[in-house]
Amino acid sequence: MSRRTPRIFAATLAVAALALGACAERTTETPAASGSPTSAAFPVTVGSLTMEQRPEKIVSLAPTATEMLFAIGAGPQVTAVDDQSNFPADAPRSDLSGYQPNAEAVAAKDPDLVVLSDDRNKIVDQLAALKIPVYVTAAAQNLDDTYRQLTELGILTGNATEAADVVQRMKDDIAKLVAEVPQRVQAPTYFHELGPELYTATSKTFVGSIYALAGLENIADAADPGGKSGGYPQLSQEVIVKANPDFVFLSDVKCCQQSAATVKARSGWSGINAVRNDQVVELDDDIASRWGPRVVDLLRAIVDATSKAAE
Amino acid sequence: MHQALRRGPSFPPAGTVRPAGLRVRWLAAGVFAVLVALVAGVSLGPVSLPPGSVAIELLNLLPGVRLDSGLTEREIAIVSELRLPRVVLGLLVGGLLALAGAAYQGVFRNPLADPYLLGVAAGAGLAVTVVLTLGVGAGGAMSGLPVTVPLAAFVGSLGAVVMTYLLGAAGGRSRSPATLILAGVAVSAFLSAGQTYLLQRHAESIQAVYSWLLGRLATAGWQDVRLVLPYFLLTALVVLAFRRELDVLSVGDDEAVSLGLHPQRSRYLLIAAASLGTAAAVSASGLIGFVGIIVPHTVRLLAGSSYRVILPLSLLFGGAFLALTDVVARTAAAPQEIPIGVVTALLGGPFFVLVLRTARRVLT
Repeated sequence: MSRRTPRIFAATLAVAALALGACAERTTETPAASGSPTSAAFPVTVGSLTMEQRPEKIVSLAPTATEMLFAIGAGPQVTAVDDQSNFPADAPRSDLSGYQPNAEAVAAKDPDLVVLSDDRNKIVDQLAALKIPVYVTAAAQNLDDTYRQLTELGILTGNATEAADVVQRMKDDIAKLVAEVPQRVQAPTYFHELGPELYTATSKTFVGSIYALAGLENIADAADPGGKSGGYPQLSQEVIVKANPDFVFLSDVKCCQQSAATVKARSGWSGINAVRNDQVVELDDDIASRWGPRVVDLLRAIVDATSKAAE
Repeated sequence: MHQALRRGPSFPPAGTVRPAGLRVRWLAAGVFAVLVALVAGVSLGPVSLPPGSVAIELLNLLPGVRLDSGLTEREIAIVSELRLPRVVLGLLVGGLLALAGAAYQGVFRNPLADPYLLGVAAGAGLAVTVVLTLGVGAGGAMSGLPVTVPLAAFVGSLGAVVMTYLLGAAGGRSRSPATLILAGVAVSAFLSAGQTYLLQRHAESIQAVYSWLLGRLATAGWQDVRLVLPYFLLTALVVLAFRRELDVLSVGDDEAVSLGLHPQRSRYLLIAAASLGTAAAVSASGLIGFVGIIVPHTVRLLAGSSYRVILPLSLLFGGAFLALTDVVARTAAAPQEIPIGVVTALLGGPFFVLVLRTARRVLT
């Protein structure tokens, strides 16, 4: 029945978008801050967005953006965040949706800045028509994107100094963690599971780049050499079993009730190294799918799990 | 329909030509197709294994056989724990969907009837969405999903059919098959709306729900086969036992009554059996479209229009078709999977058009 086909595309998109945002467009904006980052003097300009005054009623429509805003000390200026922004706990969650954003509902909060990750439902155009400034924190492709977004949010919200500190702290923590990675003759292999239907992420993705920092080799890289799947291929079970990864990382623990036990119980999986050596690692779904300040925690979880593993 | 049926299937008066029954060569072709699917299914996959070794491993599955195939333990697991259950599940699900489709087409005298006609798809979809969004029941592993998901799909499918039946029967005096179909449309729309609403409220579950809805054999294991097998046997037995009644029903109720049959009773029993089979198929592998319409009609065009021919052949060819499409789904873009629904439509569509253009028989 061909009417299933659009669903398949939709689902694939949904999976990809939920994973990390497969088709994130690189915004080619360079932080052109007027004034030095220490002076929070307004107006400030980032790319084509100019803030005349320090925003005091920020609305965030993306969990990652929420985490970034609170990390750089802009929390008190945030009046509402979307229904998926579950961190930090004191973020003012509302019934606004980032998946199905509604311009009217957003406008009703009377925001002076809206931060979102995904331009769905033409929300950016609609907010522009309402003269509401919008900053897009598109899904990061690498850590530099994360640092850039934190820096730019710092400038736009008048927290440039704190943002610079956060970025520096992240860089130091990551460097420290990378230094902990043991020197190995043979890099351990891993499979990063996005969902029980065995979607995964290659090294080309943001999350894949974090694993690379921990010195791991991705078994999915061969599956998507040209990046045709946007770095998020769906692997055949037998390919995974054959590749015999040393580690399986689950980022579908909360969403889909997967665990080391369910992986072990899967038909044919009991023989792979990760299961044999109890190296199926249950990650926090949220930390594993966001590109905000908590990527340090993700890297820590990966390094902790892999560095103590036997060669 | 052809003339001979007007005489009734089981009373061939002396001297009349019997309607063409199930010819041995077609039955043989069906069995052969299933065997081809079985062999191709276990020997072909993204991981290439020597066919000889695979054959030896298959023999090893028989009790008392111990031969050395030269495969590693992991490769053996790939054959016996991943490929074999996947092929078997494909055969069962494909057979069930084609059989249910054929039964519905006969019962409703509607060539466009498909297994999801009475709200099965929408009911399963809503139930699974409820379980996944409200996070009911975690735990046991079944295809990497909690046991509650197949159970929910099953209960939801049957619940939707019961709802459709009650609504259709509440249609008052006009208890025609058409009333039931329209009730099915209404129930489907209603349940789909409920599912969409829930998904909007719980966007975080979209991934889990959609991946289930897509239909998949990709994560099949023996648990799924054990889940489907009893229903497969039950449905196949009931529907095949009623093949003659279906022949009469597809002509008209008056003929059935004049032959001393109970059209209404047979109809509801067939609907119940086909719905049960569909629900089991859906609960194991999600929603796989296309098979339930295309296979019965292809059989009808090529082998004969009596249900004594269509039902058993749909069972065999439906299973073979789905198992073979699944081989394509896992090898065409290896090591990646292609969703099975895409492959069934891509391969089945053009093939069916070809059959339509070349067949000498007519549909209806």
